[in-house]
Amino acid sequence: MATGLTLIFGVMDIINVAQGILVILGAYLSYALSVHLGIDLFVGLLITIPTLFVVGIVVERVFVSRLKGPERTAMSILVTYALSLVIEGALNMIFSVNDVQLQAWYVDRSFLLFGIYFPYIYVFGFLLAAGLLGALYIMLYRTRFGASIRASLADQTAAALVGINVKNVATLCFGIGVAVTAAGGMVYGATNTFNASTSYDLITRLLTIIVLGGMGSLGGALLAGILMVTLEDIVAVVWSPVWSTMSFFIVLVIVLSLRPQGIFGKQTARVA
Amino acid sequence: MRALGVSSIAGASMLMMATSSGASSGSLAKGAPVTIGISLSLSGDFSADGQAYQQGYELWADSVNASGGLLGHKVVLDIVSDASSPTQVVTNYQDLISVKHVNLTFGPFSTLLTLPAAQTVNRYGYAMLEGAGGGPSVFQAGLKNVFDVTLPVSYDLAPFAHWLTTLPASVRPKTIAYVTSNDPFTEPVVQIAQKLIGKSDIKTVYNKVFPAEATDYTAIADAVAAAKPQVVVLGSVDVPTVSAFMQAFEQAHFTPKAFVATAGPDQGQAFISAVGKGNADGMMVPNSWYGSSSNALSKAMVAAYIKKDGGTKICTNPCTPASVNADIAEAYSVGEVMAQAVKATGGFDNAKIIAYLHSGVTLTSVQGSVKFNNLGENLAQTAYTFQWQGSKFVEVNPTTDKGAVPVLFPKPAWSS
Repeated sequence: MATGLTLIFGVMDIINVAQGILVILGAYLSYALSVHLGIDLFVGLLITIPTLFVVGIVVERVFVSRLKGPERTAMSILVTYALSLVIEGALNMIFSVNDVQLQAWYVDRSFLLFGIYFPYIYVFGFLLAAGLLGALYIMLYRTRFGASIRASLADQTAAALVGINVKNVATLCFGIGVAVTAAGGMVYGATNTFNASTSYDLITRLLTIIVLGGMGSLGGALLAGILMVTLEDIVAVVWSPVWSTMSFFIVLVIVLSLRPQGIFGKQTARVA
Repeated sequence: MRALGVSSIAGASMLMMATSSGASSGSLAKGAPVTIGISLSLSGDFSADGQAYQQGYELWADSVNASGGLLGHKVVLDIVSDASSPTQVVTNYQDLISVKHVNLTFGPFSTLLTLPAAQTVNRYGYAMLEGAGGGPSVFQAGLKNVFDVTLPVSYDLAPFAHWLTTLPASVRPKTIAYVTSNDPFTEPVVQIAQKLIGKSDIKTVYNKVFPAEATDYTAIADAVAAAKPQVVVLGSVDVPTVSAFMQAFEQAHFTPKAFVATAGPDQGQAFISAVGKGNADGMMVPNSWYGSSSNALSKAMVAAYIKKDGGTKICTNPCTPASVNADIAEAYSVGEVMAQAVKATGGFDNAKIIAYLHSGVTLTSVQGSVKFNNLGENLAQTAYTFQWQGSKFVEVNPTTDKGAVPVLFPKPAWSS
């Protein structure tokens, strides 16, 4: 989820505040396929990922690409926030505000290994995330398109000068950034009950992760995500749940005080 | 001198306007509707309860309008959303009273929002009848205008505690875990239960408070499961919290012998949809009302609700009494009590309504009797404990109550 958000910012300087609600949209799509068509959650990704890719393309072309000028990044927050409100309202109308959770045989079951119970959904989710990140890595570092993305990440003007269609790269990147929310949404929906308003909790955590990891850094988003979850859970168990959320933000403040660009962020400002 | 006179008149006028923009005179022109202003959480953390409250208020309004309204005046509800925000709820009531000039006000959902709401409407001299602000902080604020038609929450778990501690020694659990959200509703309930149960030989093996804004309960739930308590008392305000703990317990292959949550399992269909029918089996929750209550007013309300809203996404087919959300009854009770107060005082004067409700009179509602003490607490009701047994939501405590059925104990294993 955070990977998509940081990819979008890295290439386009767009802060997609709607990422949280798009995760929930992904969860609801999985829910609809599961409940109404009986399609397994993971199999359903073959439908939901392309669907959200198209949604991302449409959003970028209709709303985001029209943002121009020096205030573009700030305006992107407003525009995507408005979009998130519209999507939230639509989801409430279609699915009501009742909390739901994705169900499958592996959602509640676990297996015993070395004396520890491992829930199947977390293991499957981990493998899915690893697979998607691997696919993203291969795309970024082993394909011409990936080279175009990395060039745009480094310097959009220079990328345009060497013949890269930065606009198309941006559109496709936005689509990819939204498409991955389908997978994140499915796993989120299988491990939590949710309704449309759950997106607010999500987006605050996602934004925090990409700030800590370094905005535009995929590796940073991955590391920061793992750090956040691990730190919070350890503090909750060892010390107290009251301090678990705060512990992550304490780390965030310390890291940003020493490295304002985040763990893997770039120090120099980019020129759009 | 002339300027001083003008400014004095202007100042006096402003003072009169400020003080009179609040409490209504109590009379309405013939045929004019009576407007009731309400702030509800139609989005945000309390959205499921907020929408259920909206249904309850609207059901009451439909019912009273079908009988000719309040003193011949049609009831119009002006419901605005506070997005579950304590700051927005203040703005809403200020707007409802000083801009929209509603005649009466009903309360929002949750203790968290009721206290600031009650403080706001108190400044305008309005009565605040509410059904979901039962935490001690509401009554400790010293407000004379707030009236909670639902039993105060502090002793919600007293029947459960009594049942647990009076079980025969051979079957009585030996260990218990308390885990609660840092919420003005849940913390007092769990603390009092802990105090009551602590007098017995049941040992506390886990006792933690988690932040109300927590979104990931897995680590906390795993820690509870690792302590292997035979009883779990969970201070929860909503279905997602209970569901998360249930899922984590199932994944850890941990089934307590008894599992009671302060809220969540009483949400009827909303709870079942989230956790699955099989997993709900054995889950307990305190409340002062349930859909199959033998109260005649309650039966009529449930029938009207099923006829109007059965088959919607909130009460899905089949919509049975067991699947009716307790919030509906709480909201409906607010309307019933206000209607009786309006009828007794002969108008919509908030000062008279407040005085009447403080007079010690006993009123009726779908939740049972209503009688307020000087703090606005309704102590005339009984706390019950309910339990899901199969697809039925039944009363189990107090065990001596004629409507109670035997407790399903120990709790069946998770069934997914």
